[in-house]
Amino acid sequence: MIRVENLHKHYGVVRALDGLDMTVEEGTIYGFLGPNGAGKTTTLRILAGLARPASGRASVAGVDLAADGRALSRRLGYLPEEPAFYPWMTPREFLDYLGRLHGLSAAERAAQIRELLELVHLAEAAKRRIGGFSRGMRQRLGLAAALVHNPEALLLDEPVSALDPIGRKEMLETIENLRGQCTVLMSSHILADVERVCNAVGIIARGRMVVQARREALLERYAQPVFTAETADAASAQRWAGRLQVQPWAAAVSVEGERVRVTVNEIARARREILPSAVAAEIVLRRFEEMRPSLEDVFLQLTGKEAAQ
Amino acid sequence: MNFFVVLRKELTEQWWTKRLLIVAAALAAFGLASPLLAKFTPELLKSVPDLPAGLADLIPAPTLADAVAQYVKNMSQFGILLAALMSMGAVAQEKERGTAAMILARPVARLEFLLAKFAALALTFTASLALGALGCWYYTLLLFEPLAWGPFLALNGLMLVAFLVYVAVTLLCSTLARTQAAAAGLAFAGLLLVAGVGSLPRLEEYSPGRLFTWGAGLALGNADPAWPALWVSLGSIFAALAAAWLVFRRQEV
Repeated sequence: MIRVENLHKHYGVVRALDGLDMTVEEGTIYGFLGPNGAGKTTTLRILAGLARPASGRASVAGVDLAADGRALSRRLGYLPEEPAFYPWMTPREFLDYLGRLHGLSAAERAAQIRELLELVHLAEAAKRRIGGFSRGMRQRLGLAAALVHNPEALLLDEPVSALDPIGRKEMLETIENLRGQCTVLMSSHILADVERVCNAVGIIARGRMVVQARREALLERYAQPVFTAETADAASAQRWAGRLQVQPWAAAVSVEGERVRVTVNEIARARREILPSAVAAEIVLRRFEEMRPSLEDVFLQLTGKEAAQ
Repeated sequence: MNFFVVLRKELTEQWWTKRLLIVAAALAAFGLASPLLAKFTPELLKSVPDLPAGLADLIPAPTLADAVAQYVKNMSQFGILLAALMSMGAVAQEKERGTAAMILARPVARLEFLLAKFAALALTFTASLALGALGCWYYTLLLFEPLAWGPFLALNGLMLVAFLVYVAVTLLCSTLARTQAAAAGLAFAGLLLVAGVGSLPRLEEYSPGRLFTWGAGLALGNADPAWPALWVSLGSIFAALAAAWLVFRRQEV
């Protein structure tokens, strides 16, 4: 659905994008991750037709960005990180204006606006001037604005960064409900959010794609399993950690007070041997858990490697 | 064709932000006041206490020519100033606020976006100038004698062309600038440049300012045509808009 090939973009001597390749399959919610300044916003702005690449190609649903930007904008919805509005307009008037720009009929606009304002929980504020809206309300109105023409693909730049916990939960639910209706490309630095709603993930660093895959495949491929345990006292934790460090299946062992964290590279063997090692060392365990590898572990591992290079 | 959708929004915005009202009120007030000032300024001067003997007799009686001269002087000064003030933020403000990005990510051509802004400003100045002209014509009729409609319309048409030169040049400055403050600086520099070039002896014949004197002559029946100034002014409007479009179409918002 969204294809980006060898995209380059420079701002003076700064290389914002350095040969970025990305493929977002139809119907997926794609989490676009990367540290600050990695090129996420630049990529989205290029796709939205607001910035020009130095070279490379981008297309959405087979429509090439360079060939027909106007046709592309009919298929795309775009929510910038800080959506801006005309303060003198009401949400209804703003959405109506955008609906007109997309050529919707009066009846289509009326129905769509009613539905969208309900969706983003702004129905009660429909007649208030946008100038008095909070940042969270603006973010939600921005999402409604991006959806006004039922786009095939939606570009969301940090859609939940300005929201409070409840607003964030609602926004993520709304995005999750779009699964299957349209393709979503969502940039974020909140890994837990991406992990929650995205079924495909791309990690970008210094303008290049480090890795992209289905979320589960990525976790399986890169995340190393982790065991955490809480011992009766700090001395026991230190003693057990010393024994664990020499085990061939232990990749890293860290101690923090009474807590021990073990990253392993042979999960089957570790599962068999880790508890017997505690028994052998006469360690009393208050808690023991095999942690599910998280996207954060993968992200730190991959972006750390990239930064080291 | 989204030109008319954007134009509608621009006109609504001018109404809501009271910009339309400000321009209309200012030009209507100066239109009305011009014949009044022409009529009563000599009277006021004569009524100054302790006026040296004989001086009052030297103050000439006001005529229709004074009313027209006052009208042209007021409108040219304040019309140009308003043209610059109303246009300087047109594009720069949208870029600075981020609304340009929200709109230009839609199927709106940048040319449509620019032309709609120019058209909205042109309509505002046309309507406001019409109000001012109506007021001037009516009070001139009451205080002096009727102005011939045709030549008076021609005077206002020429003034409108001159205003639109300043609107187009300021719109170009607003497109070039990233912020409103920079746009204001550029606009005033542009305004001074146009005025400065127009005051050079050999170039005066081509300057938009020459349209005011030609118009005044037309209204009073002693016209000194300045066709080169009209062609240069129309060409300047086109050139400024074309330059704004060429800049804007490659600009990142």
